[in-house]
Amino acid sequence: MNKIIERFKKIETNTQIILAIFVILFGLSFVLDNYWLDVINNVGLYAILALSLNIILGSAGLFHMGHAAFYAIGAYLAAILNVVYGVPLLWSIPLCGLLAGLVALIVARPIIHLRGDYLLIVTIGVVEIIRIALVNDVLKDFVLVINGIMPDLFSRDFIKMVYSQGITGGSNGVFGISRPNFFGYIIKSPQDFFYLIFGFTAITIFLFKRLENSRFGRALIYLKEDDVAAEGSGINTTHYKLVAFVLGAVWAGMAGNLFAAKMTIINPDSFNFEESVVMFTIVILGGSGSILGVVVGAFLIIGLPEVFRELESARMLIFGLAMIVMMIFRSEGLIPPLPQKYKIPGFRNNNRNGGEI
Amino acid sequence: MPDFGLIVRQNQRKQDFYAKNYGDIMEFFFQQLTNGLTVGSIYALIALGYTMVYGVLKLINFAHGDLFTIGAFLGLTLLTSLGLTNNIGTVAGVIVLAIMVVALVAIIGALLEKTAYRPLRQSNRLSAVVSALGASIFFQNAIMLIYGARVRVFPQNILPSTAVNIFGLDIPVVRIGVFICSLVMMAGLYLFIQKTKVGTAIRAAAIDQGAAKLMGINVDRVIMIVFMIGPALGGAAGLMVGLYYGKIDFTMGWIYGLKAFTAAILGGIGNIPGAMLGGILLGVIEALGAAYISTAWKDGIAFLVLILILLIRPTGILGERVAEKV
Amino acid sequence: MSLLLKLQNVTKKFGGLTAVNDVSFEIDKGSVVGLIGPNGAGKTTVFNLITGNYAPTSGTIDFKGNSVLKIAPNKIVKMGIARTFQTIRLFQNMSVIENVLAGCHCRMKSGSIAAMLRLPSQKKEEEEALKKAAETLDFVGLLHEAENLAKNLSYGQQRLLEIARAHASDPELIILDEPAGGMNDQETSDLVNLIGKIAESGITVLLIEHDMNLVMKACHKLIVLEYGTKIAEGVPEEIKNNKRVIEAYLGTDED
Repeated sequence: MNKIIERFKKIETNTQIILAIFVILFGLSFVLDNYWLDVINNVGLYAILALSLNIILGSAGLFHMGHAAFYAIGAYLAAILNVVYGVPLLWSIPLCGLLAGLVALIVARPIIHLRGDYLLIVTIGVVEIIRIALVNDVLKDFVLVINGIMPDLFSRDFIKMVYSQGITGGSNGVFGISRPNFFGYIIKSPQDFFYLIFGFTAITIFLFKRLENSRFGRALIYLKEDDVAAEGSGINTTHYKLVAFVLGAVWAGMAGNLFAAKMTIINPDSFNFEESVVMFTIVILGGSGSILGVVVGAFLIIGLPEVFRELESARMLIFGLAMIVMMIFRSEGLIPPLPQKYKIPGFRNNNRNGGEI
Repeated sequence: MPDFGLIVRQNQRKQDFYAKNYGDIMEFFFQQLTNGLTVGSIYALIALGYTMVYGVLKLINFAHGDLFTIGAFLGLTLLTSLGLTNNIGTVAGVIVLAIMVVALVAIIGALLEKTAYRPLRQSNRLSAVVSALGASIFFQNAIMLIYGARVRVFPQNILPSTAVNIFGLDIPVVRIGVFICSLVMMAGLYLFIQKTKVGTAIRAAAIDQGAAKLMGINVDRVIMIVFMIGPALGGAAGLMVGLYYGKIDFTMGWIYGLKAFTAAILGGIGNIPGAMLGGILLGVIEALGAAYISTAWKDGIAFLVLILILLIRPTGILGERVAEKV
Repeated sequence: MSLLLKLQNVTKKFGGLTAVNDVSFEIDKGSVVGLIGPNGAGKTTVFNLITGNYAPTSGTIDFKGNSVLKIAPNKIVKMGIARTFQTIRLFQNMSVIENVLAGCHCRMKSGSIAAMLRLPSQKKEEEEALKKAAETLDFVGLLHEAENLAKNLSYGQQRLLEIARAHASDPELIILDEPAGGMNDQETSDLVNLIGKIAESGITVLLIEHDMNLVMKACHKLIVLEYGTKIAEGVPEEIKNNKRVIEAYLGTDED
């Protein structure tokens, strides 16, 4: 026990707080009723999404407001694989990540060089186009056109199914997704989902934390700070912008899988522009580039409105106001990232307050 | 079994339907074209607000689309509460209404600048973009809380529903009216920017704020004026959309705003004639695209145009290429 | 001495303005070369052409016999040309050591997955990079500031940090754009020593500087630009007495 306390004391304050939050949540999972567990689960899902967006927006400083697009891709792939082919949900997590990452790569390649505000508007365009494509079930049209050109490519049964039910199901979406099965245990109660979602959140935080003081993590911050200087110091800025984008999208795609599992019904409304704004707001208000900031941001923006139910309709109004006020008085967010600490050979720290901001 | 793409046949059917109903294919085309010109002129009016603000502040004023919505809703409120068109006649009533709406939206624009953007003038540009986005979300939801989330309808029969026959084509009077009003406002703005002292100051501030300040131009005032003119035009566009289509809702500014912004980029952001050209061009592309490709993709077309233009020529049609300084 | 960098008939036009006009020069390995000239002579543009930030309108630039044209700036750094910026471009909100680690970046390999999994090779590489960065900081005399934020350094220290960042990328040629800008006399004379130390360690130095004292002390060869054209080239003593150069700096009688 003493050993654990010793180790706990050694880690940085922000990580201590995150660990404390997880311990408290774990305790709460036995006490809270289903309604509040569901709220907390939502917070967890958004925390994963915002953490993935944080790589793109917070660390690399790319103004990306179309993150819901990758979330949607993951959710739809999971749902379709499950409903059509019976692929169990959790098993398709890597596939959802891969597809979202692949789409991100294709979409981002031509636009990644655009300057901040242009990139913002194009990513908004991307999320809108994907939503319109889902509402109109473009995949159905696409498959039918391909079938017209190459009649032997798809089986007759498949075409019959596509013709009658569509693929993404238009504005009705996809329903009848089965509950995830974890080695024989069916995950269905909010408490089950709590462990699933927060387990995934914990893994996400663990892995992303390791990125922070690595060659990769630093490269992202260099290009946020000054991409001309980064390029001039030998950092392939285009490459890192792309990798940040793809990595963020992979994670959003995987979160989409969890979302499909939790909801069992998905439709385009869950992935509209407003969702992207919510994720964006969590990162900006929580603290760009700060893992703790983003987690706290998710609690504030997803959880807090539940506490003040009567303010529900004014939620977005308050977000808007908060964004303005925050930019004027504290543009770095509630909990900005702490400077990274390194074990520097031969360095003796004379002034402890050296790292203040 | 479908032997060929379903959409292709559906579109064929739709075109056949229109062709039959409108008499012939050429008439269908010209109806769509005039419709596109009118919608395009509205896009152009809104685009001017984006382009002017971008010109002086290098900021995308995301809230601009919502000022357009405010124009539409203020128009509705004033129209129904004051009953101007009943008391002083249609033409005079609409003019008085327009003046009131334009003035109010201009004031809101100036307040927006003062509270949300001025404190961020010196901080990094992306902070200002986030603030603009916050302002947009704020306005949109404020309108929703005040007027509700449902579609609101303008009173019918205010404007004549007659059509005039031009070259054998029946075109609604309102459509022509909106187009002409937009053109008049754009011409007015162009003359104002080119011929007046304030216009010269705006152009100077757009080129180099520091130098403009040294020349004795009150840049703060110039920015304030830009934030009044842009929203005024946007508000006027909102009122026209309300009168022309009859239906308004709190999210309309978002989609119109994005399209107008696309128009501004298409023409070359920061460039005033560019915004006019871009708006009209986009309106026509969209109307023809919706008619001949798919109405469901009407909104998607604008985004595709936006992405394509940014990929091929980010400076737009009339924009100038600027070398990045290292 | 072998040839390291060769510019041949390099011209750069910005629209109607010719910033660099038909400039040719060569730099030998191990030398310290100064590029001087009045303001607006096109010196920084020459630097930006060498480092790949601009593409020349015409002409060729070869580094160790290979063309650097159409190569991205980051690849040029990897080829062995590192630079500093005239307007200091540090990563202001990052620590001094992290700024230097940016220079080490192109000699490292680990990517995101290696970092997430903390592979032994990644850990070893990080340790080595930190060691290298600390040594570099010690070399320029900034090790005591390693954990400070770059923006908290004095102007002169920021210039040194720029040099440290460039030096950490193991360059064969280091390009310094006004390294003494904003430095006091003491710092400037320390800088002359530092440039000497860099040259001794086998790194070729090309620098732009207005401080003639420094240039005369530090450089083996000078190249003089005026209005984008090369007007003189030679050892400092020659340049000092060159009539064209004196005119360029002081103006002719007719002015």
